[in-house]
Amino acid sequence: MHGNLGTEILYVMQKRTVVKILLIFTLVFTTTNLFAKASEKGENDGKVDTKSEIDAYIEHHLQDSHDFTLWSDGETGSHVGFPLPVILWDNGLKVFSSSKFHHGETVAEVDGNFYKLYHGKIYKTDAEGTINYDEDYHATNAKPLDFSITKNVVTILLVSVLMLLMFGGLAKSYKKGALPTGFGRVLEPLVIYVRDEIAIPNIGKEKHRKFMGFLLTVFFFIWLLNLLGMTPLGVNVTGNIAITVCLALFTYFITQFSANKEYWKHIFWMPGVPVIMKIVLMPIEILGTLTKPFALLIRLFANITAGHVVIMSLIALIFTAQNIYVMTPVSLLLTIFISVIELLVAFLQAFIFTMLSALFIGLAVQDHDHH
Amino acid sequence: MDKLINDFSFGLFFWQALILLVLLFLLRKYAWKPILDSLNNREEGIKNALESAEEAKKEMQNLQADNERIFNEARAERDGMLKEAKQLKENIIADAKSDAQTEADKIVAQAQATIVSEKKAAIAELKSQVAELSIEIAEKVVRKELDSKDKQLELVESMLGDVTLK
Repeated sequence: MHGNLGTEILYVMQKRTVVKILLIFTLVFTTTNLFAKASEKGENDGKVDTKSEIDAYIEHHLQDSHDFTLWSDGETGSHVGFPLPVILWDNGLKVFSSSKFHHGETVAEVDGNFYKLYHGKIYKTDAEGTINYDEDYHATNAKPLDFSITKNVVTILLVSVLMLLMFGGLAKSYKKGALPTGFGRVLEPLVIYVRDEIAIPNIGKEKHRKFMGFLLTVFFFIWLLNLLGMTPLGVNVTGNIAITVCLALFTYFITQFSANKEYWKHIFWMPGVPVIMKIVLMPIEILGTLTKPFALLIRLFANITAGHVVIMSLIALIFTAQNIYVMTPVSLLLTIFISVIELLVAFLQAFIFTMLSALFIGLAVQDHDHH
Repeated sequence: MDKLINDFSFGLFFWQALILLVLLFLLRKYAWKPILDSLNNREEGIKNALESAEEAKKEMQNLQADNERIFNEARAERDGMLKEAKQLKENIIADAKSDAQTEADKIVAQAQATIVSEKKAAIAELKSQVAELSIEIAEKVVRKELDSKDKQLELVESMLGDVTLK
């Protein structure tokens, strides 16, 4: 599987450096791949055929996970994939492989402490792995600080490496001539698109250059992650609230730190309105600076999550159907239809995030000469 | 909302922030800067090339206009020269004509004068010849008339008769 994936990307990139890095990746992946034969049966035989189980399965997919599972066999309860390193801070650094959890089925013992994976979170437990609940059915066990290299972190790293290779290659191709060759021909118009359609119209020709690095990075980062989320790898990075919060915070801080005097004046002492209005407007404007990035993070999160839920639910139609021969084609057609829309959404959300970031930055740096 | 906060993983946030920072830094240095610079240079180059092409076109047009102007001037000069030459020719012809006319008039006048004087001379000669002839005739007639004595006397008498004494 990883070999195939590796060679596929190899053919696309056709670069020596890429070959080396991917070889290392492939080696690491395939050697660790041989684990994951947890064959104990789950409580419900691992089958996914009722509505509540499908809900749980979808919810599980939407969450981050401590190992990279490619697929699971419901009958035998086995998972195929590879474990990832777990890094905990619990009165000292604890590093161990996530294979110790056996997908949450066993308790991991590290340095005399016991940890259990429960609904995607690591809790400190006793030797039996008892989880205590409060009245709202929330686990009350202590949670150590979790800095694990999770599935999403691996995906982010993968996308980062891909971006470095793709755009580093494009940058290098300019040394040979004014026109890029190969894959760079695809990337260059996209870079120009971000510059001419997103950055310059919103920030202005004189000031846009300083923010191009951030806008380009964020645009391609989100787009690639959105697209990866549509592959059967089953990752959901941009539909994770921590990721979108982080991205939105970057926009927020860049906006606030590059803002000029006029921007702050408009927030704290709005010119051209009576004093009483100035006082009323101040908290509203301050709140406004926060609601902008908040809308950003919720929009991206909700769109991508919704897309994943819809596609998985449509696929799940097959399993809940009374008549499988009627439902399968319907489900497949609907899934293909929604997938095409999601392909558009993948681009659209990256575009909107970058566009709005550029807009907020533009509002913060523009000259209010017209007042 | 509660679920969202519950789903928020600080570890993932930490890694994402770290990776994004590093990625931003690396891409900025090794990708975006050279890419955007090359794009700018290329666009600048294209712009300059277009401008210089435009300039060359303008120069060409200027040159063409110059050529046209010079050509027109030359043509005008040629036309002027031709016209002048024509004028000159006409003037010469006219002069020649008037000269010839006056000469001819002069000749004619001279001829007329000569004719008049010749005529006068001829008439005078004719007169004198007629006079001589008439005298000769008269002589002969007289001689014939007066060859007898009677007649001579008769004549003297008639002539004396005509003469009255004062």
